[in-house]
Amino acid sequence: MPDGAYNYAYLDEQTKRMIRRAILKAVAVPGYQVPFGGREMPLPYGWGTGGIQVTAAIIGHDDTLKVIDQGADDTTNAVSIRRFFARVANVATTTRTSEASIIQTRHRVPETPLSEGQILVFQVPIPEPLRMLEPRETETRTLHALAEYGVMQVSLYESVTRHGRIAKTYNYPVLVNGRYMMSPSPIPKFDNPKLDRNPALQLYGAGREKRIYAVPPYTSVKSLDFDDHPFEIETWSECCALCGSSESFLDEMIVDDSGKRLFVCSDTDYCEARRK
Amino acid sequence: MYVAVKGGETAIAHSLELLADRRRGDREVAELTVQQIDQQLSLAVDRVMTEGSCYDRALAALAIKQARGDLIEAIFLLRAYRTTLPRFGVSEPLDTSRMLAERRISSTFKDVPGGQMLGPSFDYTHRLLDFALLAEGERPTAPTAPSDTSPELPRVGDILQREGMLEPPPAEGSGEDLTRAPLTLPASRPVRLQNLARGDEGFLLALGYSTQRGYGNNHPFVGEIRFGAVPVSFQPEELGFAIEIAEIDVTECDMVNQFKGSHDVPPQFTRGYGLAFGHAERKAMAMALVDRALRAEELSEAATSPAQDEEFVLSHSDNVEASGFVQHLKLPHYVDFQSELVVVRALREAVEARRRQAGLSQAAE
Amino acid sequence: MSGPLLSARGLTKRFGSRVACRDVSFDLWPGEVLGVVGESGSGKTTLLNCLAGRWQPDEGSVSYETAAMGTVDVHGLSEARRRLLARTEWGFVNQDAREGLRMSVSAGANIGERLMAIGARHYGDIRRTSGEWLDRVEIEADRLDDTPRTYSGGMRQRLQIARNLVSNPRLVFMDEPTGGLDVSVQARILDLLRSLVDRFHLSAVLVTHDLGVARLLTHRLMVMQGGVVVEEGLTDQVLDDPQHAYSQMLVASILPV
Repeated sequence: MPDGAYNYAYLDEQTKRMIRRAILKAVAVPGYQVPFGGREMPLPYGWGTGGIQVTAAIIGHDDTLKVIDQGADDTTNAVSIRRFFARVANVATTTRTSEASIIQTRHRVPETPLSEGQILVFQVPIPEPLRMLEPRETETRTLHALAEYGVMQVSLYESVTRHGRIAKTYNYPVLVNGRYMMSPSPIPKFDNPKLDRNPALQLYGAGREKRIYAVPPYTSVKSLDFDDHPFEIETWSECCALCGSSESFLDEMIVDDSGKRLFVCSDTDYCEARRK
Repeated sequence: MYVAVKGGETAIAHSLELLADRRRGDREVAELTVQQIDQQLSLAVDRVMTEGSCYDRALAALAIKQARGDLIEAIFLLRAYRTTLPRFGVSEPLDTSRMLAERRISSTFKDVPGGQMLGPSFDYTHRLLDFALLAEGERPTAPTAPSDTSPELPRVGDILQREGMLEPPPAEGSGEDLTRAPLTLPASRPVRLQNLARGDEGFLLALGYSTQRGYGNNHPFVGEIRFGAVPVSFQPEELGFAIEIAEIDVTECDMVNQFKGSHDVPPQFTRGYGLAFGHAERKAMAMALVDRALRAEELSEAATSPAQDEEFVLSHSDNVEASGFVQHLKLPHYVDFQSELVVVRALREAVEARRRQAGLSQAAE
Repeated sequence: MSGPLLSARGLTKRFGSRVACRDVSFDLWPGEVLGVVGESGSGKTTLLNCLAGRWQPDEGSVSYETAAMGTVDVHGLSEARRRLLARTEWGFVNQDAREGLRMSVSAGANIGERLMAIGARHYGDIRRTSGEWLDRVEIEADRLDDTPRTYSGGMRQRLQIARNLVSNPRLVFMDEPTGGLDVSVQARILDLLRSLVDRFHLSAVLVTHDLGVARLLTHRLMVMQGGVVVEEGLTDQVLDDPQHAYSQMLVASILPV
């Protein structure tokens, strides 16, 4: 089927309108999961259909799009999504965080600080932060409505009891604008502080579960913890083997049979810029 | 010196070429045509249309060819294509009493008005591999009934209902559409039926089977199964009256289930319903069993088994969703895994440190 | 406090055509333990659930005097406020402790949950408070990190009691709190309940079919039969000198121990 047969950015205008309405509701109630009529997309559920639908609804000719997965521009999923938008939206793409107007991401927040006017679109597998504690949507809906989040604090208590510390590492629950508990998507907790009062707009899309939520610029995002077990991010004793950074999230590579390891920045753009 | 791996784009391009090559297979062997798939693998086409929610034999057959015979992949292709189609409106409800039936059976009575028509079915075969099929060649044409046979087949369900023995079918739904709006729970029966019609045949089969083995038994009988062509009617705004725009094949199953009643309310049998595109009795029957199971609360029955758990059944019936999420585990997850490694290493160090400490204090005593 | 803590007026609840409880009215005063006795099917559990806001009555009303916000109509409250009340000023002890506990988290987490739900955020403090309550219900301190799955039936019931009392509720509803337990275990839990009620000045509505439990724990008693209150009065008076034929039959059928 020739590409000319598809509407701009693949989705028809009615669908884009429906998604934009959902996005507006989400921005108006930070952290609240807005149901939306998600469509089947040419990529499978689990591959970022939610993020793709959000991006498709907001992208225009003037935008510059960056797509990353695990912090890198050239992992297969990021490549696939970037190619998709290049084809159906005829839009400029970039690997430079500072040059992008829309950044769609899976599992990382860019190391380079974002600025006002940028939009960060997260791919979300399970939008419900309480899902593993309470499988029923009918119940979690009520818990959010009544701000009854005791069950999550109980799970953190249990973690300290069992491990001596809060052992949650990614998808670390946060409280947005002092009201709604939110899943920040499976970003490592290392990235949670970046969400707090970020000048950029954060949009979160879950295609399979059909939910959209948002954090407007400069909104408070606080990671849950105990006063005597405060929230901490990951640290490494090594630094990046390529650029020397000791402040970024590092990927661990196994480089030979004997298990020798190397650590490299996960954010490829950040690492490259430091090396120039 | 470690060099970051690049070249994801090239690797993907090569993968796509390899896939196209595998799809074609041995070039000495004749290429499958879409018409061959439609005609000779017609039951596969039927399933893809049903779960793809799109009645178009050629498109479904193309999807099966492109998917190399993987039906869930083909269903995904058809659904993704459906997303791009403009919607003109909603047809009139299908009137299956107007069906030109090729097959129609009932288990509730030995004989029914219109008779038990066996039609084409595996039910009467012996499952012996037929090696004659290895050779290509013409087969004799099937015998057909005399043309004066009346096409009117009164529904067994209607007959029982007139006597008050069977509950009436439910009132019309409000036109909620799962392909346009997300599922909300609790769900109405029409929404449940739409979810089940699109649902994975294997999943529904297992759930239906479980009810027969005691996980929420509802004493089913096949009131009627009919398969054949029904007209699709649509009322365009400009005309103001309905016209027939197509004829499609469907399989319909009416289950007659556990009766409900009491001391003061005369008992009636209850219903389970299943519908599929093309010839798909297993799907329609499984759907009917699960439909009835999900009516447990409505019929004041204890809902104790998985097939009766609405949220569980409706949330996991879609094989496109399920396949996507299960298989997404193949995507890189190394950042989150790195997070886990960091914490697990720290915890292990802490346990070791405590052991050393305990060892030291023991030695000191 | 000037008025009764809890008042019921004309409470009626039906299930289909069956009237489970009919036209029940009473006042509960601070510091009182009111018993509701009767056989199964008498309507006492239905009454309890209506009082605790869990089930909606078909007729009548329940009002409760809150700590700081005056008297409220229990069934007129929003679900949010009713659930908050249930977690702070009220307790509900189920007959089966499993229904009132999180079976797969530690005892400490179970007891600490109400504190965390109202904003407690210091792990050490929460743990210490949980430990104090574990001690008050006479469970060994080294069981704090175990889950109730590893507890005996009696221990689970003690834990359920602790989980309820940690928020210093003013009113506790109890549904056969010793039902299903061994006789010796029952006796110890009854002792525990009696001392906790005294020590923390609890008010309670206690449903039981066991007149011995009623004798030990309650100040006043209502006898129910077929959904209706057939007799009420001070516990000792009702049990020593029952007036209604049904009460007499109940009292007479206690096996002498």
